[in-house]
Amino acid sequence: MTSWQAIGQIARETKDYQSNNLRDRIVGNIYNKAEALAEKVVNRSQGTVNWDRRIDDVLTSPIWGFPIMMLLLGVVFWLTITGANVPSEMIASVLFWGQDRLTELFMAWGAPAWLHGVLVLGLYRCLAWVVSVMLPPMAIFFPCFTLLEDLGYLPRIAFNLDRFFKKAGAHGKQALTMSMGFGCNAAGIIACRIIESPREKMIAILTNNFVPCNGRFPTLIAVSTIFMGGAAGYAYSSMAAAGTIVLLVLAGIATTLAVSWFLSKTMLKGEPSSFTLELPPYRRPQIGRVIVRSIFDRTLFVLYRAVVVAAPAGALIWILANIMVGGQSIVAHAANWLDPFGRLLGMDGYIMLAFILGLPANEIVLPILIMSYLATGSMLELDSLEALRKLLLDHGWTWLTALNVLLFSLLHFPCATTLLTIRKETNSIKWPVVAFFLTTTVAILVTFITAQGARLLGLV
Amino acid sequence: MSNQIIPLHQLPLGSFAKVVELKLEGLPRRRMLDLGLVADSVVEAVRRSPAGDPIAYYIRGALIALRKEESSQILVSPI
Amino acid sequence: MSRPCQQGCSGCPSSQKEDPQVLQEKFAVKLTSPEQIVVALAGNPNVGKSTVFNALTGLNQHTGNWPGKTVTNAQGLTRHKNREFILVDLPGTYSLLANSVDEQVARDFLCFGNPQATIVVVDATCLERNLNLVFQVLEITSKVVVCVNLLDEAKRKGLEVNIKTLSQELGVPVVPTVARDGQGLKELMNAVHDVALGIIKTNPQKMTYDQDIEEAIQTIEPKLNNILQGLLDSRWVALRLLDGDHTILQSIYEHLKVDAAHSLERRVTYCHD
Repeated sequence: MTSWQAIGQIARETKDYQSNNLRDRIVGNIYNKAEALAEKVVNRSQGTVNWDRRIDDVLTSPIWGFPIMMLLLGVVFWLTITGANVPSEMIASVLFWGQDRLTELFMAWGAPAWLHGVLVLGLYRCLAWVVSVMLPPMAIFFPCFTLLEDLGYLPRIAFNLDRFFKKAGAHGKQALTMSMGFGCNAAGIIACRIIESPREKMIAILTNNFVPCNGRFPTLIAVSTIFMGGAAGYAYSSMAAAGTIVLLVLAGIATTLAVSWFLSKTMLKGEPSSFTLELPPYRRPQIGRVIVRSIFDRTLFVLYRAVVVAAPAGALIWILANIMVGGQSIVAHAANWLDPFGRLLGMDGYIMLAFILGLPANEIVLPILIMSYLATGSMLELDSLEALRKLLLDHGWTWLTALNVLLFSLLHFPCATTLLTIRKETNSIKWPVVAFFLTTTVAILVTFITAQGARLLGLV
Repeated sequence: MSNQIIPLHQLPLGSFAKVVELKLEGLPRRRMLDLGLVADSVVEAVRRSPAGDPIAYYIRGALIALRKEESSQILVSPI
Repeated sequence: MSRPCQQGCSGCPSSQKEDPQVLQEKFAVKLTSPEQIVVALAGNPNVGKSTVFNALTGLNQHTGNWPGKTVTNAQGLTRHKNREFILVDLPGTYSLLANSVDEQVARDFLCFGNPQATIVVVDATCLERNLNLVFQVLEITSKVVVCVNLLDEAKRKGLEVNIKTLSQELGVPVVPTVARDGQGLKELMNAVHDVALGIIKTNPQKMTYDQDIEEAIQTIEPKLNNILQGLLDSRWVALRLLDGDHTILQSIYEHLKVDAAHSLERRVTYCHD
């Protein structure tokens, strides 16, 4: 008999001994020993306040639990919006001053206009917008998020929302992976490893995109500050913008649940698996270290992406916007071709083009849009939100356009990094493709209904 | 000290109980065992989610949330 | 090619390190010099294991996947007393009884990856449940250092752990730490250094089970011992077989190249018909 067969033989012999009871007793024996030992070595002093319980009493209370969750979200967004204002303006003025100096330099060298166009008006300008408009909110939001994570709040979110995920046929830990998606969708996808059942893991992966990631927040913030904030009047604009984004996030969560439900009834049918969630004690986060590290990391990351993705994209857009074919630029051609479709969804061709070209990284969508608009309009400069507002209004934006842009940004296809991550995690091409079409279809449906609905009701 | 045996999800919040039997099978059963839900372990029902489910239990020094689907399969005897 | 130790890992004072090529292929653990000491890092989820790992390795770490699985594998380098240590961060698990891929990965590395020392990080505020894993690890290897972390949290809750008694009872070095402040890490590495190099000889108390279980083990163990011949602790394998764990057969086949006439899958289903 080979040694392999011998082991097999022994395994067969053990069948007689196996039973639930045996496993129970094996683990029971270990725990008895553990309990006895712990009793011997752990000393509990009386009269200490159990702070964790008190905090949880509030954060997960039947009355206050949900309102506090929404309030926390709102506070984080408000902090991000107000905190980003000043740095944004400062960076913008520095960078645009730089742009002027560069322009002078190019003129002094007698450089050809097209070179100036590609490098300064295209590459540098797009880079400048990403760094001044997109970077500050990202650098502030991420540390806030990391702080909440370090505190131990995320499992409480899962604890509060689990019932809804259960009804949707999803795993309770999906609330956790969904929360991770707020920081970065690619990270959220990787976080889905904590869900063991392949079916429920897939549901979590496919729906992760419905919460806005760090890269999409600046777009949401800018648009809602201009339109919803503008409507509320100057004093309340930050709160109105924050409020709008909270509502958007709630819509995203609702969409996550709805699509999860849909998936668990169709493509990913099956039984719900068992679920245990540990609620770790609250840890006092090392605020200083976390914040500094986080801001630093995030800033570097965004800058890196700005150089690698935004700069080339900016150059490309300028080129496409300035090569004329039959009297119109390529950008204009593309935008006009996309326009009927865009209008159906309450937007326009340029916006659609910007979303499409924004596949590599969500934070370049708005800069691309701005550049395309500028290339066709009469405005030459853009250095503040007020100017952006004028630009958008000049191109026919209404509150409905803004709303649809917000919704589309929330729901549309994941960025390239996320799609690649899905491919790696699922080891297939099929699932990233499904993710792409699933999310985009939902985005199209929602914006279509919103746009047509508003028109039918005569709201516009 | 009653001899009553109830499913865990019926244990009132704030009360303690001893584990009597696990009616779960397979992987979920092993999971529970690993968390410390062996016979005679003491558990405390701590809090309920604002949505109604799951309920968090204090087991062997840690707070673990269990859905009704699982906790109804764990039989305990209130202390 | 390393020669298997005749006594079996758990009793051995200075077990051989696993072949670097095997480490690379089967576990994605990379050694850049034969002098490097391989140390496994195990523990429950949420005990601050990553904090310990990050504190010790800093930027000298890299993350990937365990071969063939979507489970994160992180390893890092740390230097102590002029020796280099490769820390392998195992997935956080509640037990090693192979209920999930995470647990299987952790178990396989401890069994077949032959780390020269294993650090088990435990949560001071939740000692009972954490000891479950400690005892299971001690069944596989005796070159263990227990790191009692989160002592600051324990203090907040009015809990105090008697480290000395714990160490005496367990039979292995126990080091208190507050990893996020960097406290206790030097002492931890001292203990790891000494255990890995055999300077400290650990003497862990073995688990004994109920009588009928022990009797069942007795009937199986000698036969297993004949086959395994010290490659693996036969008492531990006997327990796993009694437990109905099929994956252990699979792992033995994969990692120990026990000669096989049939493929694993067919053998197991045949056995358990």
